[in-house]
Amino acid sequence: MSEGHSTYTPKTGLGRWFDARMPLPRLVYDSFVAYPVPRNLNYAWTFGGILSIMLVAQILTGIVLAMHYTADTNLAFGSVEKIMRDVNSGWLLRYMHSNGASFFFVAVYIHIFRGLYYGSYKAPRELLWILGCIIYLLMMATGFMGYVLPWGQMSFWGATVITGFFSAIPLVGDWIQQLLLGGFAVDNPTLNRFFALHYLLPFMIAGVVVLHIWALHVVGQSNPTGIEVKSKTDTVAFTPYATIKDAFGMIVFLFFFAYFVFYLPNYLGHPDNYIVANPLKTPAHIVPEWYFLPFYAILRAITFNVGPINSKLGGVLCMFGAIVMLFLVPWLDTSKVRSAVYRPWYKLFFWLFVADAILLGWLGSQPAEGSYVFMAQMATLFYFAFFLIALPVLGLIETPRRLPNSITEAVLEKNKGGSGHPAGATAAPETKG
Amino acid sequence: MKKILTSLALIGLVAVAAGAAGTRAIAAEEAHNVANPTHFPIDEPKEMDWSFTGPFGTYDKAQLQRGLKVYKEVCSACHSMNLVAFRTLSDLGYSDAQIKTLSAEYTIHDGPNDAGDMFDRPGKPSDHFPPPFANEEAAAASNGGAAPPDMSLLAKARGVERGFPQFVFDIFTQYDAGGPDYIHSLLTGYDQTPPAGMVIPEGTHYNPYFMSGVSLKMPKPLSDGQVTYDDGAPQTVDQYSRDVSAFLAWAAEPHMEDRKKTGFRVLVFLLLFGALVYLTKRKVWEGVAH
Repeated sequence: MSEGHSTYTPKTGLGRWFDARMPLPRLVYDSFVAYPVPRNLNYAWTFGGILSIMLVAQILTGIVLAMHYTADTNLAFGSVEKIMRDVNSGWLLRYMHSNGASFFFVAVYIHIFRGLYYGSYKAPRELLWILGCIIYLLMMATGFMGYVLPWGQMSFWGATVITGFFSAIPLVGDWIQQLLLGGFAVDNPTLNRFFALHYLLPFMIAGVVVLHIWALHVVGQSNPTGIEVKSKTDTVAFTPYATIKDAFGMIVFLFFFAYFVFYLPNYLGHPDNYIVANPLKTPAHIVPEWYFLPFYAILRAITFNVGPINSKLGGVLCMFGAIVMLFLVPWLDTSKVRSAVYRPWYKLFFWLFVADAILLGWLGSQPAEGSYVFMAQMATLFYFAFFLIALPVLGLIETPRRLPNSITEAVLEKNKGGSGHPAGATAAPETKG
Repeated sequence: MKKILTSLALIGLVAVAAGAAGTRAIAAEEAHNVANPTHFPIDEPKEMDWSFTGPFGTYDKAQLQRGLKVYKEVCSACHSMNLVAFRTLSDLGYSDAQIKTLSAEYTIHDGPNDAGDMFDRPGKPSDHFPPPFANEEAAAASNGGAAPPDMSLLAKARGVERGFPQFVFDIFTQYDAGGPDYIHSLLTGYDQTPPAGMVIPEGTHYNPYFMSGVSLKMPKPLSDGQVTYDDGAPQTVDQYSRDVSAFLAWAAEPHMEDRKKTGFRVLVFLLLFGALVYLTKRKVWEGVAH
């Protein structure tokens, strides 16, 4: 919260000397020690911290991997296998990095859904939300280009399909596609520029993360009730309260991450990516990584032409439109109440939306034929309806439940029951932790 | 307005329910087209018991040695194994001297020497398995137009899609033997009569376990008694297939034992550390209603 009043008092002479010249310790103290956070945050709020450590882990493992990797179409596949077989703990670094990307997305999806559920995007947090959407876009670009680097069959054909989207854009499409590829097809120039960008983008993500956290510290965290902090009793200090809770959340998350790294390292990958890229042999089914599957399903759901827009362009527009929806959420939602806890209809639609996103993900992994296409069309329709109809309309017609006057009142009300749990499962989300 | 909302909710429900129903419908569509299947493999791979699966899985060294023998005497006639170095065979329990002898049995094309000539020399432990053909074109030309795949990563590069809900259960059972199961099933899947009416292209061999069609170019590679085992293991196609599949699993993932051992330590550490942090968290938050 922007109190503008710092409570930091350096205790040593060196501390005072530093503080007068460059108050970095003061910034750290104000941001991560004294910073007030709502006292009722549940474990869904630990994913911001989890995402930070995943970003750092990805950058660290990635830098070491880059020391052993060769971005050349003739050597890339072999250099990755060299890492797996001959580099000390190379298998660990690579599996951490490849599964790390997946778990980065697991965390970001939970983080985004948490924002949607508790209405964290509403004023004054629109910019915070948009910065988050930009981070998500950058993550997708980074993840896609990283998947190309091992130069397996799915790397090559995934790159061919995804860069092919751009050729659907009228007038400039072919030019953009050739600029991305560095030629007319995926080849050595593509691999080299993807490697350069894959190394660059994480640092851009880190930059936007700084802005994201800055914006967060100006407006303060939202909380499960969605009611703004009103008095000092509504908050606790970041350290030790949030620090220790975040630490526990991180360890639980790392437990699941480690389970996959050590026991199922190839579960989230595709077997075809252990076959070296062959431009003359198309795989039976080209599938992107799991975290792109919902968008891939939307892309392929558009099998019909609409006026001047052919099915290819229509698919690409819908796919990008699906991401654009996220950017517009702060203005699509008309409700005055933030949290789904007090919005019975919105809560129903939120969970339907979650189910719809999972269904789309599964459909994206299936061949686009037969009844799968119809299902994908229905699921796509619902995806857009959630944003374009449910969000604006619900806010106008829904009668929200009674809101507590303050966070403190909500907390005390909740703890009155003795067990600390109010009756009724509907209130469960805000009682966790 | 309520009507719009209810119908929207219904669309959502229908979309989700259609997911489950749709899979069954598609499976049913395909079932009655035995002679003309559109989805492969025709038969799911058989799930075998492997020593290397599960959280404490280890490779059975005797089995890997038998598998190496099968690879050397049968598979290596057509299949390369470019990524595997002789020195790594110490994982199979061979001594340095044995590895030296074993690698010296191979002839490695090397060079150029000081005079600028290419030459042949006996293999050294640092060499990789030499390929059976000079290049991919030669391999394809000798094998009816399709080059036999390199075997170094075959056990990770093959795997039949598990489908819903099996892929969810696989997380809990740690199923990671899709490749070896597939290879074993394929090797033991020859000698079956194709269903009446099925067209098997000339020069290919029917195998219901093949991932990409009704038949493949590779003829049945193994037969009973073909490779002599000196440890008393049965000399059957089934045993050969198990052994070579296990060997390929090792070739594809030589550090698997190390990985699972490290993993167990990491998980135990995280569990204990997590418990301590949780207790600390309880202590910190004691008396703070939240």
